[in-house]
Amino acid sequence: MSRRTFDSVTVGQSLPTVKYSVNREMLIAYANASGDQNPIHQDEAFAKSVGLPDVIAHGMFTMASAGRALTDFAGDPGAIVEFSTRFTKPVVVPAGQDVVIEISGTVAEKLDDRLVRIELQVTCGGVKVLGMTRAIVALA
Amino acid sequence: MLSPDIVGRVYPGRGAHEIRALSITAFARAINDENPAYFDVDAARALGYPNLLAPPTYLVSIAIDEAQQALTDPPVSIDWSRVVHGEQRFKFNRPIVAGDVLTCETAIEAVKSLAGSDFVTTRANFLDEQGTLVANAWSILVVRGPEA
Repeated sequence: MSRRTFDSVTVGQSLPTVKYSVNREMLIAYANASGDQNPIHQDEAFAKSVGLPDVIAHGMFTMASAGRALTDFAGDPGAIVEFSTRFTKPVVVPAGQDVVIEISGTVAEKLDDRLVRIELQVTCGGVKVLGMTRAIVALA
Repeated sequence: MLSPDIVGRVYPGRGAHEIRALSITAFARAINDENPAYFDVDAARALGYPNLLAPPTYLVSIAIDEAQQALTDPPVSIDWSRVVHGEQRFKFNRPIVAGDVLTCETAIEAVKSLAGSDFVTTRANFLDEQGTLVANAWSILVVRGPEA
């Protein structure tokens, strides 16, 4: 793994588009690792009882996937200075399916101190699931 | 409907959280991210860090636990099963590494009601053993009302 340098990036440059999958088993593993045991992320009957279409992924799972796109681009997981998102639409995870989260991004701005602002687009089945996903990343 | 009176309440952390390498590795596996800096100390050291790095969203695992104190406080008393995550933001003064010992206090920063749901903004302040602010995590939690 090598760090991406500030001088090597240009405003408007695209990040490689990546696709990560998620399924029910991964949500259970995420619930255990994160401590977020809200049943809407595991229990289909419960999710439907509170008006959701089905089990939905933890928003933070989807954000973590976006984080992976950022840290892979930077070449350094310690490079993230700020990272924010809105959870616009749920990632619906039906039983027995691998659902694909697609992440693309752009270097939106070069700032002082070798920092860049990156904007990400995160979709699932063509639907935007995260909004205003942006990060300030310190490059080498 | 949540009272705006809860804004400004600060809940001290329940104690020190040692960031353990095993916990970082388990979290990285759970987010399906095999970045070597989460698994291999030498890979993290090659990047200049003293120990395994935590993924950027790792702190949420502490923030969720600590926020329970705020969310179950009687004047707040939010039903977690009706909560949907609205927004999340992290700000790091430095990366989090294995071996860090952090405390996490939770503040209720804002409350508003819109279309039958309550929106609660919490801010988690992560402090190291010297009391230096290492990171913040802001969450907007949407508490869906019965008709929402």
